[in-house]
Amino acid sequence: MNPISDLIRNLADQHGRNRQNLLPILQGVVEQEKYLSEYSMIEIARELDLPASEVYGTATFYSFLEHKKMGRYIIRICKTITCSMKGKNQVQLAIQDMLKIGIGETTADGNFSLLQTNCLGFCHMAPAMLINNDMFTELTPEKVREILSVYMNKKKEGESNDNRLST
Amino acid sequence: MTTGYQLKRADFIFKNQNDWEEILSKNIIRNPQDLINDLISSELKGRGGAGFPTGLKWKLSAEAVNDTKYVICNADEGEPGTFKDREILSKVPFKVLTAMAVCGHVIGAKEGYIYLRGEYFFLRPELNKAISEFDYYCREINFDFTIRIFMGSGAYICGEETALFESMEGKRGEPRNKPPFPSSSGYMGKPTVINNVETLAHTYTIFKYGAKRFYDLGVQYSRGSKLFSVSGDTPKPGIYELELGMSLSDFVDEFGDGDTKAVQVGGASGFLVPRKRFGETVIGFQGKLTGISLPTGGSMMLFNSSRSMFNVLDNYLEFFREESCGQCTPCRVGCQQLLNGIKAVKRGEKNAMYLDKLLRLTETMQYTAKCGLGQSIANSFSSIVENFREEMIY
Repeated sequence: MNPISDLIRNLADQHGRNRQNLLPILQGVVEQEKYLSEYSMIEIARELDLPASEVYGTATFYSFLEHKKMGRYIIRICKTITCSMKGKNQVQLAIQDMLKIGIGETTADGNFSLLQTNCLGFCHMAPAMLINNDMFTELTPEKVREILSVYMNKKKEGESNDNRLST
Repeated sequence: MTTGYQLKRADFIFKNQNDWEEILSKNIIRNPQDLINDLISSELKGRGGAGFPTGLKWKLSAEAVNDTKYVICNADEGEPGTFKDREILSKVPFKVLTAMAVCGHVIGAKEGYIYLRGEYFFLRPELNKAISEFDYYCREINFDFTIRIFMGSGAYICGEETALFESMEGKRGEPRNKPPFPSSSGYMGKPTVINNVETLAHTYTIFKYGAKRFYDLGVQYSRGSKLFSVSGDTPKPGIYELELGMSLSDFVDEFGDGDTKAVQVGGASGFLVPRKRFGETVIGFQGKLTGISLPTGGSMMLFNSSRSMFNVLDNYLEFFREESCGQCTPCRVGCQQLLNGIKAVKRGEKNAMYLDKLLRLTETMQYTAKCGLGQSIANSFSSIVENFREEMIY
């Protein structure tokens, strides 16, 4: 059986199959897969007995429910007023320069995606960004380079683990 | 001193929460009517920004007849420049949980939800721990009330109460028509009390110290203290608990960097106050006798003279354009047109008179948009364009 279908069934067992359980299920899939493919949305619709269009309509409303393939680490940099005043652009350029991607793009190895987001609620410690669910604040170009290199090393360890598993 | 609207610090919200068990067990055996009367006489108003009297809200839900009712804590704190709710939930979560349970006792609800914004996912493990400890105690004293967390997924509009219900029901976060109001038909069509995190934390203060203590803070029509999220061009950004009814010039003296050109009160949906108006502006709820009185969810953003107000407005409008749910035309198209409009004026493609046309558009939005998002764009738009017209044009 397809692993995504299994995941969706498990999530539905855990949360329930009513309409009000749709958002937690969508969030569960995004947590695992980083995005909602057309296939997962149709599977969710089947599992909850909803029209697929309703699932699609709901999923596309929320900015944290991506429906485009995303990298393993999604970087969301805050672009709202205070962060923007406190040097968000320099930080963003440092990220773009390091990862060689623009806003809305994913690195070729599928590890990082860079997005902009609205107010993260850290205006007093601006600029701020999220990497998946982890918050980073008071960013500077230097600091963000350090943070990203930690993630890049994580990624390498992860890869070596994956290799061991596959061999 | 002469105005009577000075800045006064207060310290209630973050003061210890260790007596929550006592507060809970004492209040859930009190008569609901007494608790409601306490809240009404304290004159506590909603701290999310709209300022609806909390006691009345609880009263209306208590009077609604239904077997199933809900208590919802609105932690979808998305207004630019606001970050107090996160601090409350991470430092004194038990105050919020206790207040929710007492509210459940007052209105007759057995279930409560905390709608936590997706951006605050990192708060969840700690909050869950607090909830299980709380649950354990509730079972121990035989009080039937369960609290669950519902995660949002990055939509500003879900902080609007009816959009929040839609979201919890698994739909697009599009605001509903009002009436019916949540007190008669909220989550799942049941009577629901929905309060901001900070409002709930203040009810804890009232249960603990009594309504009088709370009422004695602040000024007429704006009682009590309030958390202010201070950011922007200030040497000391952060969260401060201050009494309501302070004059903005006092605030700027305290938090400004000496070169404050304007203060945005109430986030992107609030008002921008230019320097010449600091003296006559008081922070509190409407209905004051003198000067201009501005309500706020607690967002105070300071701008010094190095900032261009055009960029500020451009940033706000970009924000609203993205966060508009797209349900009603005035807001969906209006946000787009306002943003395009100010850019066209800046580039010189439209003449300066076009700004007046845009001002009329915001007025139309104020009257015709379905919810607070579309209606409140007029606030920041008109206060920026009217006070800094030259910066918009050239």
